[in-house]
Amino acid sequence: MKLSLKKVDLILGSYSNEEYKILFEMLSRNSDEILKDLIESGLKGRGGAGFPTGLKWKLCAEAVSDDKYIICNADEGEPGTFKDREILDRVPKRVLAGMALAAKVTGAAKGYIYLRAEYSFLVNKLQKELEEFHKILKSNNIKFNVEIFMGCGAYICGEETALLQSMEGKRGEPRNKPPFPTTTGYLGKPTVVNNVETLVSAFMVCRIGPEEFKKLGIQGSSGSKLFSVSGDTPKPGIYDLEFGLSLAEFVDEFGDGDTKAVQVGGASGFCVPRKKFNETTIGYRGGLTGDSLPTGGSMMLFNSSRSMYNILRNYLDFFAEESCGQCTPCRIGCQQLKNGIEAVKKGEKDPEYLNQLLKLSDTMKITSKCGLGQSVANSFSSIVTNFTEEMIY
Amino acid sequence: MTLVESTVTELTLKYGKERRQLLPILRGVYEKFHYLSDESMVEVARQLDISSAEVFGKATFYSFLSGSPQGEFVIRICKTIVCDMKNKKLIVDTLENLLKIKMGQTTHNRKFSLCYTNCLGLCHKAPAMLINNEAYTDLTPDKVRQIITSYKNR
Repeated sequence: MKLSLKKVDLILGSYSNEEYKILFEMLSRNSDEILKDLIESGLKGRGGAGFPTGLKWKLCAEAVSDDKYIICNADEGEPGTFKDREILDRVPKRVLAGMALAAKVTGAAKGYIYLRAEYSFLVNKLQKELEEFHKILKSNNIKFNVEIFMGCGAYICGEETALLQSMEGKRGEPRNKPPFPTTTGYLGKPTVVNNVETLVSAFMVCRIGPEEFKKLGIQGSSGSKLFSVSGDTPKPGIYDLEFGLSLAEFVDEFGDGDTKAVQVGGASGFCVPRKKFNETTIGYRGGLTGDSLPTGGSMMLFNSSRSMYNILRNYLDFFAEESCGQCTPCRIGCQQLKNGIEAVKKGEKDPEYLNQLLKLSDTMKITSKCGLGQSVANSFSSIVTNFTEEMIY
Repeated sequence: MTLVESTVTELTLKYGKERRQLLPILRGVYEKFHYLSDESMVEVARQLDISSAEVFGKATFYSFLSGSPQGEFVIRICKTIVCDMKNKKLIVDTLENLLKIKMGQTTHNRKFSLCYTNCLGLCHKAPAMLINNEAYTDLTPDKVRQIITSYKNR
């Protein structure tokens, strides 16, 4: 089935001073109704992992505790992703509105925005927005307070349990799951950790209604999402596109006429070569393998002047540096993969050694503790198997 | 009371002495001294009543906190793939020539430090860099020269 590329303007469009007014109309509704809308809409987390948002809120709502927390994950570190910065800069009221909705549904009174250090330039503007937000909440007798918590430069802290560890004053090392943050989160209390875009999407779902939202996208991947487009493209930037687009159409629109490969989902995502553009669609359908790829929004285009070896080495350099070092498969694996492809390129190892490295990346997928180590194999195997010659010669 | 003691005291009064305030406190110390000395980490540990090894472990985990003295202006150049493709090397060469230091070094007057950083989230305007909290994008050698001149005059 041929799907067409459809641009929408849901997340960033028609932003006005009326956002909080609309929020208060929503807050007068019953929590169960809001939850029902979210679950019906099929909205999934926009950070990349794709956990159903309605279910996350429901689990936290059902957890029994005096203290609960809503955390906005603004530790956007995936290479090639910059949509959360744009959202926080352009539509901050919608992020806060999403947090207020989550607070109402779950019964939380405290929220945090975990902002990456690289985005410190957003702080002053966000602080001003927070002051206004708190003033308006107070005049409407709603008890909810949001604070900014600054990160300090660690990719892994975008993983929700590493983020919680970081906030608790510990090293940002992911925790074992279960227990999940919805029952045992920040300071051991039930916590919702949502990506910036997810919070805005939740607010917009309640605003336009689940039916309208479901008209966007395809079944299993409803709605639209912001894509961060960069690399060899004449028009890099942020685009709100419906799910289910085919990569061929994406390249038609954004390519420079010489696109050799597209990296979908950043360094931890998949690299799709030209010959597979037609059969690849973007969405959650089909899980992590097959013809449909999930993404946190990072879309990097590479043209034929680029060396895929250099690209893979750049990713592995990134992972070797950002691995938290807690579990062996990831700590040692990332370094071995990087040393391995360098040795093959230099001729110190036979080309067959690549097969051993592929096995190692598979082992990392199964045995690593968190998403970082588990997803290194995505880019590694998709680049090594599709561009084997470039790894050797 | 030494300057380190009074700085940490100020920060613990502002944020509190709970373990969860460790990162904001370390950030505060870093902003004041442009690095985290052993002395400052021991003092934070003492005031928060936790082991200094815990503080050291936390402090060394984050790339924006440094255990060695940094310049007043830390220049962080993005080395991740898109910036790399868009001629990051030319920007690095320009900066090294202008400041007469290599990547990873600090100028003698302690004004500038040069280092690499991972994805800044400015890929659509690559190449990009941060100088302390300010972002600079679509860099060219000319643009870099102008920026550095303006900082030298600060």
